[in-house]
Amino acid sequence: MNPYGCWTLFRKEVWRFLKVSVQTVLAPAVSTLLYLLVFGVVFEEAVVVYEGHSYSSFLIPGLVMMTLAQNAFANSSSSILQSKMNGNIVFLLLAPLSALEVYLAFLGAAIARGLVTGGAVLLIASLITPVTLHSALLVLLFALLSSGVMGALGIIAGIWSEKYDHLSAFQNFIILPLTFLSGVFYSIQDLPPFWRAVSSWNPVFYLIDGFRFGFLGVSDVSFGASVVVATLFLLLLTLLSIAILRSGYKLRG
Amino acid sequence: MESVAALGLNRVEKRYPTTHALKEVSFRVERGEFFGLLGPNGAGKSTLINIMGGLVRATAGQIQVMGHDVVSEFRQSRSQIGIVPQELVYDPFFTVWEMLTIQSGYFGLGRENHHWLEELLEILNLTEKRNENLQRLSGGMKRRVLIAQALVHRPPVVVLDEPTAGVDVELRRALWAFAHRLHQEGHTIVLTTHYLEEAESMCDRIAILNQGELVALNDQQDLIAQYEHLIGVIEHRLEERLPTWVEAAVVTRSRNRTQIHVPREPQQQQQFLQQLSAIGIDGGQIQLREPTLEEVFLSLTGSQSGSNGRSEAIPV
Repeated sequence: MNPYGCWTLFRKEVWRFLKVSVQTVLAPAVSTLLYLLVFGVVFEEAVVVYEGHSYSSFLIPGLVMMTLAQNAFANSSSSILQSKMNGNIVFLLLAPLSALEVYLAFLGAAIARGLVTGGAVLLIASLITPVTLHSALLVLLFALLSSGVMGALGIIAGIWSEKYDHLSAFQNFIILPLTFLSGVFYSIQDLPPFWRAVSSWNPVFYLIDGFRFGFLGVSDVSFGASVVVATLFLLLLTLLSIAILRSGYKLRG
Repeated sequence: MESVAALGLNRVEKRYPTTHALKEVSFRVERGEFFGLLGPNGAGKSTLINIMGGLVRATAGQIQVMGHDVVSEFRQSRSQIGIVPQELVYDPFFTVWEMLTIQSGYFGLGRENHHWLEELLEILNLTEKRNENLQRLSGGMKRRVLIAQALVHRPPVVVLDEPTAGVDVELRRALWAFAHRLHQEGHTIVLTTHYLEEAESMCDRIAILNQGELVALNDQQDLIAQYEHLIGVIEHRLEERLPTWVEAAVVTRSRNRTQIHVPREPQQQQQFLQQLSAIGIDGGQIQLREPTLEEVFLSLTGSQSGSNGRSEAIPV
């Protein structure tokens, strides 16, 4: 094992996004707050999703989760793709690091960026509107699971992509629809039966629903089911990522 | 019992969908050698080096670095080898010092290695640039950083993949002085270069690859001595319309000099000179000399020299 090597790669990946924190932390935080201002103001009085909770308090967990998920994905995917395109991935490939160690380092850094960005949104949102917290532990658990799932997806996307166009396709045709159609802005209970059934196949729905339960104590499905689905999904993506890294697919010629 | 080689290659094959890049390449590089790996563009040199470092997977065969298989014992083998890549690659997010500490960390080395990193900066004249972002360095400086990165873990085997490609004369000299120093300190050096003059002056043994095949492997002098021809120098230009068998022997033809291949084997040599004499080329006009490494190289790889008897090394 090379734990120090793994730690160094993790540290380097965190260092990388912190060096451009305006782009990687501040910009996503600001754009998410714009969603909150626009949707929150427009629908605050008109929409009640859960009895006893304002629309803003329903929306905030969803927006935080959306930011967290998108940034965790962006961290691992863009770092890997950029290194491949610049050619500096060789420094990593020449190092005595196993597939598992590389995976853990990229995943850890993706989780770190997800938590930092999501935390920034939550902090600023809480200054604008009161945020209730039902269980901090569940909030943290789902934040970790979600950024882990998206970080692992980012690793796979970064390895598979050969140019930014590919990554953009992955982001726009897979990640964005999964996020937007997961109940960030609405409860799936308000959807027609067909779309409700479709949403139940969307793993991101369980991430957001479980996360929201941590804030409001109310959810569309039981938080236990969300924990199981999210954990299984993370496990599946972990196995897939490690297998891809071990095979050298699109990394080692 | 055979001692452990710095590098041991056993029937290494690499096939791509449309190319057969390496064809059963086998050889050993002994510890402490200064070894030259030569070949024209596309011969398979970089592919072979990339397999040594684990950047490319061989289709068949094995490579061992200091006795460790590059696939099954990748941790040990990668710790024993430092590869300076041919392309000027860098991570634009970091400074020189940050990059060196990161690379050192990948090998499990922390603060205890900083003294060596400082030394590397000094040896490679990078001390003043330590806090400079890599993106802002000149090509020559980036090349030095690449060398430093390859040496952060003090590998016993150092592979320099065309390190002087596109660098100015001053830096080229500095790089060779540094390679010499590493060699004297006991490192095994494997060098690929486009400049045969460099290989000739620095390497103990040379392997020549051509179209993925190992076409020569020997001590430089033996390589030249084993070459089946000597070079016959005639101090005037031979006319163009000679018999085909003479034309086939012509190596170069300039305004006032012609060089031809002459068989090394005495009996064949005598017969060849007699045949030349019969068509009016007096054997007494021909001065025989040993071929240069470049001439052997060009002959073995079938490359066109394009040279008109010039003596300086040419990129191949």
